[in-house]
Amino acid sequence: MTTTTDNTRQPTELDEVEAKTAFDKKRIKRRQLWTNRGLMLPAVIFLIVMTQIPFLTTIGYSLTEWNLLYPQDRQFAGFDNYTSALTSGDLWPSILATVQITAFSVVLAVLFGLLFAVLLDRQFRGRAVARTLMITPFLIMPAAAALIWKYSMFDTQIGMVNWFLRTLGLPIISWSTEHPMATVVIVLTWQFTPFMMLILLAGLQGQDKGILEAAMVDGAGPWRTFTWITLPHLRMYIEIGVLLGSVIILQVFDPIAILTKGTGGTKTLAYLLYERAFIGLDIGQAAAYGVVTVILTIIVATIALKSVFKVFMAGGSR
Amino acid sequence: MSTRVKNGLATTGTWILVLAFFFPVFWMVLNGFKPESVASSVNPQLFFTPSTEGYQLAMDRGMVGYLQNSLTAALISTIIAVVLAIPAAYALSIRTAKNPQNTLSFFISTRFMPLAAIVLPLFMIFKTIDLLDNIYMLALVYAAMNLPVTVWMMRSFFLEVPYEIIEAARVDGVGLGREIFRIALPLVLPGVAAAALISFIFAWNEYFLALILTSSAARTTPPFLGSFVDGRGQFLAVLSAAATIAALPVIIAGWVAQKQLVRGLSMGAIK
Repeated sequence: MTTTTDNTRQPTELDEVEAKTAFDKKRIKRRQLWTNRGLMLPAVIFLIVMTQIPFLTTIGYSLTEWNLLYPQDRQFAGFDNYTSALTSGDLWPSILATVQITAFSVVLAVLFGLLFAVLLDRQFRGRAVARTLMITPFLIMPAAAALIWKYSMFDTQIGMVNWFLRTLGLPIISWSTEHPMATVVIVLTWQFTPFMMLILLAGLQGQDKGILEAAMVDGAGPWRTFTWITLPHLRMYIEIGVLLGSVIILQVFDPIAILTKGTGGTKTLAYLLYERAFIGLDIGQAAAYGVVTVILTIIVATIALKSVFKVFMAGGSR
Repeated sequence: MSTRVKNGLATTGTWILVLAFFFPVFWMVLNGFKPESVASSVNPQLFFTPSTEGYQLAMDRGMVGYLQNSLTAALISTIIAVVLAIPAAYALSIRTAKNPQNTLSFFISTRFMPLAAIVLPLFMIFKTIDLLDNIYMLALVYAAMNLPVTVWMMRSFFLEVPYEIIEAARVDGVGLGREIFRIALPLVLPGVAAAALISFIFAWNEYFLALILTSSAARTTPPFLGSFVDGRGQFLAVLSAAATIAALPVIIAGWVAQKQLVRGLSMGAIK
């Protein structure tokens, strides 16, 4: 700032200029603030209109009794939709399914992602090609991925997984009816492993190679170097991966709709809402499921950030 | 064991795992070029006379129209998201906004809001104003879905612009518009491209909203693919061909933008 004035000195022309610029600066700052708001405003307003207002409306819907079969017969219902969700026996299995699918898929994807990240962090011939092939499952349209797995992998007649089992002389498995949960988790793990791999690979490549060499010189084996130095370093990256992965998979809909149609304990909240609203035409009830989904997302995101990592990282941070 | 042998083993192991992981994609592409009777045969065949039967059948089912809708929705939503994100991201990075954290967390919390929480009112409103099954409305919703990621990602690129350059421009008396679009934006063009690409990928692949908000005229590719589930008879070749076409644009885009992918997926948190 411009405030080094000597009291004994007479004000000069220079001081006047300084005082003026200081005043101008303040004004400019205020003006800048408004310009900033102006720059952000379109995006903020657009999001409020497209997401915040609909969300509030969803809460409103969830407090009404409203079936599209009787659209005129719409009335305030208080928390009826929530209590009936709890008592009808649809909500808890659905929450359980959502949490289970998310937890299994995220944990498996992180483990496989870590494996592939470590493998691809080495220098070897064709590494760029291997990396390119590895990220493909994440890029493939989820609906296409689910279909491909359903028919060309899991089908009892033409599926390659069952062909493999048959060739080994093992009994074939009707995956989506016998093991619906595993089916969904396998496909999701396959899709999200590249996601975790990319994030963890970025972490590995950002690691200080000097420290690793120093550890080797000090006689730490590869395993100890990995668990004591690399894993703690990766902590932030694993956290980001788990958080983003969980938040995305909590909303999972595509593989459910295509692989199991919600049978066998795989009816996630998103699928339940879809069924209630667009097959059952019960908007009020479906809206309640939507609100529950938001609450669940907030809870899982909070837990994912706080406690899971303590367990996961317990070995690494001694 | 010598280091060389160890290295060779590790490389071989890596390749076996990578190829096993990639196999479903490879098999999809291969099946798309098989005659239906070969693709749906109980004994998988690696060698066959290639045929475009599957692709022809997919086209006969009107796939071009669905692809056009997907393209429209993805492109328009991406343009809207990028246009709205540039000034917002600029304000949140180069210009020192008051409490940028508040606005930033507003954006991130919107990104994390499940689509299930907003789809019902959107459906009811579009239905009331007779704009269900309208591809532009779907594009508008996708733009909102992608805007937060775009803002976060572009901000991470703007933060890398050396402040001296901006200051120098301001000293020269450059106006705000020129400052953003002539000085800063050219420096972050790769970032804009990456953000646009991520936005395009999400919109192109989206299934849930498309299934609910469109039915026929505006139906996009993912729900079209989903309709194969109720198919009868043999359809693996046509299914594989359709899935290949549907997945190809994004696969190519993702391959090209590999370097920026991590940054986009982590919303700019990881470079």
